[in-house]
Amino acid sequence: MAKTVVQEFTKGLWAEIPPFRLVLGLCPTLAVTKSVENGIGMGVAVIFVLVCSNMLISLLRNAIPKKVRIACYIVVIATFVTVVELVMQAYAYPLFLQLGIFIPLIVVNCILLGRAEAFAAKNGVLASFADGLGIGVGYTLALTSLAIVREVFGNGTFYNIPVFGPSFKPFSFMVQAPGAFVCLGLMLCMMNILGKK
Amino acid sequence: MREMVKLFIAVVVFSSISGGVLAAIQNATKDRIEYQQLKFVKGPTIKQIMEGCSNDPLIDRLKIADEEKERNFFVGKFDGKPDTVAFETFGKGFGGIMGVIVGVNLKDDKIIGVGVTTHSETPGVGSRAKTDPAFAAQFKGVSILDPFKVKADGGQIDALTGATMSSRGVCGALVSAGEIYKKFKPEIIKKLKEKHG
Repeated sequence: MAKTVVQEFTKGLWAEIPPFRLVLGLCPTLAVTKSVENGIGMGVAVIFVLVCSNMLISLLRNAIPKKVRIACYIVVIATFVTVVELVMQAYAYPLFLQLGIFIPLIVVNCILLGRAEAFAAKNGVLASFADGLGIGVGYTLALTSLAIVREVFGNGTFYNIPVFGPSFKPFSFMVQAPGAFVCLGLMLCMMNILGKK
Repeated sequence: MREMVKLFIAVVVFSSISGGVLAAIQNATKDRIEYQQLKFVKGPTIKQIMEGCSNDPLIDRLKIADEEKERNFFVGKFDGKPDTVAFETFGKGFGGIMGVIVGVNLKDDKIIGVGVTTHSETPGVGSRAKTDPAFAAQFKGVSILDPFKVKADGGQIDALTGATMSSRGVCGALVSAGEIYKKFKPEIIKKLKEKHG
């Protein structure tokens, strides 16, 4: 329990990186990582919601009655998700069209409720902020790396810029749903090999 | 019993604060979201019709109430004079409802351009109503108040080969555009005078 704020932040980047270590939030992980742009967009949305909801829940942790805490957490999370949805519509409409239903679905993303219940409800505001930021950045990194692999091989582009010559035939399996599972599985495998000492 | 009331109040307070915050944000982003939706859905077609205008027709739009709903009239300025309006109407094509935007010069009631926005016509056949410039070009310079009919129905419009239904859809949309134009022209001119002197 005596971890420093820095440790709370860095654990989200490797030791508890959400899709690989906690294996949470897989639905958007598989669905939106068709392109790097989408992966980063989704990651940023999650960072914002996670940091805000973690801080607010930690701030209110003594005011929320234990018996209805889940309902209260969901209200807090849903509020921030709707804020993201509206702001994204207003300022990044093409991205909003791409991510579509997965923005509102952040509400039921297990990472958010999981962090609220397991961390923010028991820790101070600063630690909760670091935890939210760390997990959020870790999630973004995971989405981005998955998206890089899938977009480069599946579409021959990186952030919509072609990386191979015109003779490259895209391996379109990678941008389809089965490719997402295979790719995630391989990355998980690599993470486990690297993590084993 | 007392505990029940307490829990109830906690959830109600939470939800009402969240509702209030969201209402405020929605209010603040409403206009921008509407603009973004217009820009990405209708914007390209409007820009094509209003080629060479000196303003942004999406910003300089007039909202006029038509019974229950609101109609948008996009105003284009040419040589500094706001003398052109574009608006969307609908006709029944082969695959369903087709949206057509028509630009009209207010001085002589002549069409300056026509463009299809949303449609579900057969790709490569009926969809040429949107992509074939020769088809759209025959509407240019014709008075909006004319009865539009394809040649097969005794009219003046050359239908797209193999896509008579889609061509009829565009003609139908333009006939209803004529009615809308007749109905709202005085109000448009009045509003433009108020706005631009």
